[in-house]
Amino acid sequence: MNGFTRLAVVEGRLFLREKLSVIGVFAFPVGLVVAFGLIPGFGKPQKSLSDQSGTEYIAALGIAIVLVSLGLQAVPMVIAQYRERGVLRRLAMTPVRPLTLLVAKMTVWAVAAMLSVVLIVAVTRLAFHVPLPVKPGWFVLSVLLGMASLFALGMLVTAVAPTARSATGLALALYFPNMFLAGIWVPASQMSAGLQQAGNFSPLGAALHALGDSWMGIDPRLEYLGIMAGWAVIAGGLAARYFRWDKA
Amino acid sequence: MNTVIEVTGLTKRYAGRAVVDGISLNVDQGEIFGILGPNGAGKTTAVECMTGLRQRDGGAVRVLGLDPKAHSQRLYQRIGVQLQESQLQDRLRVGEALELYASFYPNPASWRELLDRWGLAAKSRTPFAKLSGGQKQRLFIALALVGNPEVVFLDELTTGLDPGARRATWDLIRQVRDGGVTVVLVSHFMDEVEELCDRAAILEQGRIAALDTPAGLVDLAGGEFHMRFRPTAELDEGALRLLPGVTGVIRRGAQVTVTGTGDFASAVTTDLARRQIIVADLRIEGRSLDNAYVTLTGRSLETS
Repeated sequence: MNGFTRLAVVEGRLFLREKLSVIGVFAFPVGLVVAFGLIPGFGKPQKSLSDQSGTEYIAALGIAIVLVSLGLQAVPMVIAQYRERGVLRRLAMTPVRPLTLLVAKMTVWAVAAMLSVVLIVAVTRLAFHVPLPVKPGWFVLSVLLGMASLFALGMLVTAVAPTARSATGLALALYFPNMFLAGIWVPASQMSAGLQQAGNFSPLGAALHALGDSWMGIDPRLEYLGIMAGWAVIAGGLAARYFRWDKA
Repeated sequence: MNTVIEVTGLTKRYAGRAVVDGISLNVDQGEIFGILGPNGAGKTTAVECMTGLRQRDGGAVRVLGLDPKAHSQRLYQRIGVQLQESQLQDRLRVGEALELYASFYPNPASWRELLDRWGLAAKSRTPFAKLSGGQKQRLFIALALVGNPEVVFLDELTTGLDPGARRATWDLIRQVRDGGVTVVLVSHFMDEVEELCDRAAILEQGRIAALDTPAGLVDLAGGEFHMRFRPTAELDEGALRLLPGVTGVIRRGAQVTVTGTGDFASAVTTDLARRQIIVADLRIEGRSLDNAYVTLTGRSLETS
């Protein structure tokens, strides 16, 4: 095994030891689908959701929450802490590069997110008879682009925040507006046109639209995919440009 | 002797201010070399430039023949570095950390043996966050040694250790050196440098104020011995002052302190014996690196 594989295995174990992250990534979204799925009549097409079944919408929403929680909570908090506490610096003094640890940790989160997506889709299908995503290719692409855009945004927060504290604060300042604009609390279709427009341009809003549409069988509008790719490239590029390996 | 570290005119500036200002030194193979100085003297920065963690602004550095600026990757396979304020992941366990770091090196030491040697075997499954300060420090030293390095840099080796653990750590560091490893020790503890180091450089505002063996540093600083005792009979202080080498006599209550240089102590004891004055609690205090440091840098470590 090389340094990357070993670091990924160890970081995977550390991820599983963190109960809150396991609950957040697996238990919470599944619980959400089950709780809403048990509401009588919720599985039927909902007028307020452009005729999407409520359970299907909530499942897509659960996936979006997993992606945003990893991207705008786990990424900035953990990476900024690794930097602040000298974990990255310690690794810099070994034959393994600290970048390898970042990539290993990202890989762990990406794998966890994908397992969670599989679990959510499986529960939604098996427990509530919601069809599998009708456009699986678009669906997977939407998951990947959503993940890339939100992870990149989290890395940008880490790059510009001088301390772990400020990284956490800045990340939360993006987390809640993103959730709101994307329609996590109030469906976007019930918001004013201006807010809807703003939500479409947020990485999470675009991800939620693309996930919901491809699940229902509608080809997601390219603008949603483009918006996610744009966030991934721009935030990722800026993060790579401004990332510091040591505390300020 | 093979020279394993060559530093010539090393300079590092922050915002135009030279934190390390033209340091030159050589470290030989198998030596324990101390870098001593108050906080802010540039010790840590100097070592960070030697290990390639920071890029120097001027001068030349060769460690094992490699320039850390250009060949840090090759260097990291052959050196071990214990940095200040460099933690591990909270939930990473002691054994797990050593096994992980061992896997990074081409010829690692046995990490289980390191666990034993550094008294961590019972803590093998303990997460990093649950370790005491001393246990963390021992883990850091073990991690610096896990790659079987040829040179090991230890920054503030015994910080956080209790006196017993400090002694034990010094013994282990001597064993490491006896195995042929060159040790660079950054410290602000005089006793540690005096006890462990073959040679030491005293840093003062980014420059080397003195570089010698600990005994040589003490000699360089000169200074006096102090002889303290309680005489059991009345003492003629004036007569003591006339003895060769004696530079002063002070009386505080029952205790007399005679200061002097050279062989003054035997002159004093001979004189007292001739007068049949018996003394109690006789102590002679030598010059220490502590005092030498104050003389050489013009200030005390504690207050700086």
